[in-house]
Amino acid sequence: MQIEGLKRHFDVSPPWLVRMLERRDRQIVQAVDGIDIAIAKGETFSLVGESGCGKSTVARLVVGLYTPTAGRIAFDGNDMGKRRGRAQTSALRRRLQMIFQDPYASLNPRWRVFDIIAEPIRAFGLAANKADLEKQVGNLLRQVRLTPADGRKYPHEFSGGQRQRISIARALASRPEFLVCDEPTSALDVSVQAQILNLMMDLQRRFGLTYLFISHNLAVVYHISTRVGVMYLGRLVEQAATDTLFKRPKHPYTRMLLDTIPDLDMTGRQRVPVAGEVPSPINPPSGCSFHPRCPFANERCKLERPQLLPVEGGAVACHAIEEGRIAVEERTYATSR
Amino acid sequence: MAASGKSALNKAPLLEVKNLRVEFPTRRGTLLAVDDVSFEIAAGEVLGVVGESGAGKSLTGNAIIGLLEPPGRVAGGEIRLEGRRIDNLPYEEMRKVRGAQIGAIFQDPLTSLNPLYSVGRQLIETIQTHLPLSAGQARQRAIDLLKEVGIPGAEQRIDHYPHQFSGGMRQRVVIALALCAGPKLIVADEPTTALDVSIQAQVIALLKRLCREHGTAVMLVTHDMGVIAETADRVAVMYAGRVAEIGPVRDVIKQARHPYTEGLMGSIPSLGHRSERLAQIDGAMPRLTEIPRGCAFNPRCGHRGQRCLVERPDLMPAGSSRAACWLHDPRGVGAAAVGELADA
Repeated sequence: MQIEGLKRHFDVSPPWLVRMLERRDRQIVQAVDGIDIAIAKGETFSLVGESGCGKSTVARLVVGLYTPTAGRIAFDGNDMGKRRGRAQTSALRRRLQMIFQDPYASLNPRWRVFDIIAEPIRAFGLAANKADLEKQVGNLLRQVRLTPADGRKYPHEFSGGQRQRISIARALASRPEFLVCDEPTSALDVSVQAQILNLMMDLQRRFGLTYLFISHNLAVVYHISTRVGVMYLGRLVEQAATDTLFKRPKHPYTRMLLDTIPDLDMTGRQRVPVAGEVPSPINPPSGCSFHPRCPFANERCKLERPQLLPVEGGAVACHAIEEGRIAVEERTYATSR
Repeated sequence: MAASGKSALNKAPLLEVKNLRVEFPTRRGTLLAVDDVSFEIAAGEVLGVVGESGAGKSLTGNAIIGLLEPPGRVAGGEIRLEGRRIDNLPYEEMRKVRGAQIGAIFQDPLTSLNPLYSVGRQLIETIQTHLPLSAGQARQRAIDLLKEVGIPGAEQRIDHYPHQFSGGMRQRVVIALALCAGPKLIVADEPTTALDVSIQAQVIALLKRLCREHGTAVMLVTHDMGVIAETADRVAVMYAGRVAEIGPVRDVIKQARHPYTEGLMGSIPSLGHRSERLAQIDGAMPRLTEIPRGCAFNPRCGHRGQRCLVERPDLMPAGSSRAACWLHDPRGVGAAAVGELADA
């Protein structure tokens, strides 16, 4: 999976007449503003960031639910934006599936679980006959630790964790190679979250899946990913291998995010809260968009937008790091549990 | 930290909850959502209440502030605030207690503020309901409160409407609202769940500072163990409507006594250690309609004995905590004949 210069802007301006009467300009949200990511086969690439940073938009762009404003997404060498015949598009789509955040909203309440999971199999014509279809659905249900008998039930008869298993079974039904997971565990309780994360890691090993994992929970990301990209206001500010990012964070925003994770080992320790909030993506700050909250910002940061430059196997977009104004921090975490 | 926790425990409790039961009558029979829950909160103490969805933690909080949604009702037990029983007060009396002595903070700051009134009007109204202040004095107090919760430009912001505030700022306004009459106890139900991590840290730091400065006790209801670890002095872990374990926060996290707590702590991803798999508790919490006989956790428990299947454990001392588990009974969980134990 290769993503180059991906942009997606949303027009949120008031209607034309209102704009004319009130002499206002168009308002554009730059939800994703130029992102380059390369994801190798079999790895888990995670995108983290606070709400509104554009991570879910990237997920939707990748599976083709949005069309990019600019840039290119290529999957296994095939440009997703290129027009091609129905059969080819369908063949490409089969290999890319998505798991959504809310297992209560992403399953049709009027369909039996069997039909929900069978839909992609039927749509892509992957079953030879009815018996084969039943066998496939039964296997899928078993793979996500449910029973084939559960297929006769409706989604409302299941708990949140079980519903997320059904979503995973549906996503696996078309035998995809690449799964986009948009906050798959953030609606679940921690003990259920552990079950789902373990299941996802098992399935990855078994089928050689590649994941694009979107989350705001850094501890979850630490466990599941091989590489991590940190997003802020529609841009990637840092990307690196998981261990490098957590042990030697470089961008001030990454450090700030790491500081704010509540950890069980923090009992009695004071967390350093960071001032300020994510600015509006309609009018992002000039220069480096993080400069109003950054303790290391100087004049250059206010004027000039930093580029993503390679550092230590990853990449960082920060003037202070580039100039060597701030040193790389070594971090260790308590392992006393 | 530990010393201050101990001294707080020796004082008479501010809030005392004894054998609380909350029921929901339904067509298929009565559901017992909170079953025999007892705990105390001392003045100035932060008690964390954790549990998965449906464990009854929010209902316990709502029962204390007297805001159970009908048809839910308190079916037994008592709630005492400074020795005075508050669970059976008439509605109007309870309204005075709520606000004046107990403040409430809810999960979603947007729904706990009225979108049609400016935040100032809402603050002033609350202040004047509970304190004998003139309009001018009340406005001054409202401004002071907004400053105290860290809202920049409080003098101007007081006339703004809730939609003009961001999520974190709105939650600060809600905290100011809860503090209006200087309550002795704040019941905070998932106060940071709707917020981003960086904003969450700000709100938690604020809540901690205010408790320290005002000596306000807090009952912090959340499913986020990290928030509890940082904020609470003691923690109660709830499972299927009952308290599974209660004790000082450090002990509960580091040396969990109840198998459920142990499993729960293991399943939380931590930055300290990265393993191939997270520890997981198989299965799910039972529905209220199908809570098993004996210990409610027994179908998922690795230490299950004969006794757990038939007899329900009450909280018993386990180290510096108390846990509702037969493992901590001197007579054990083993294969001892059931009748024998019941006779003893």
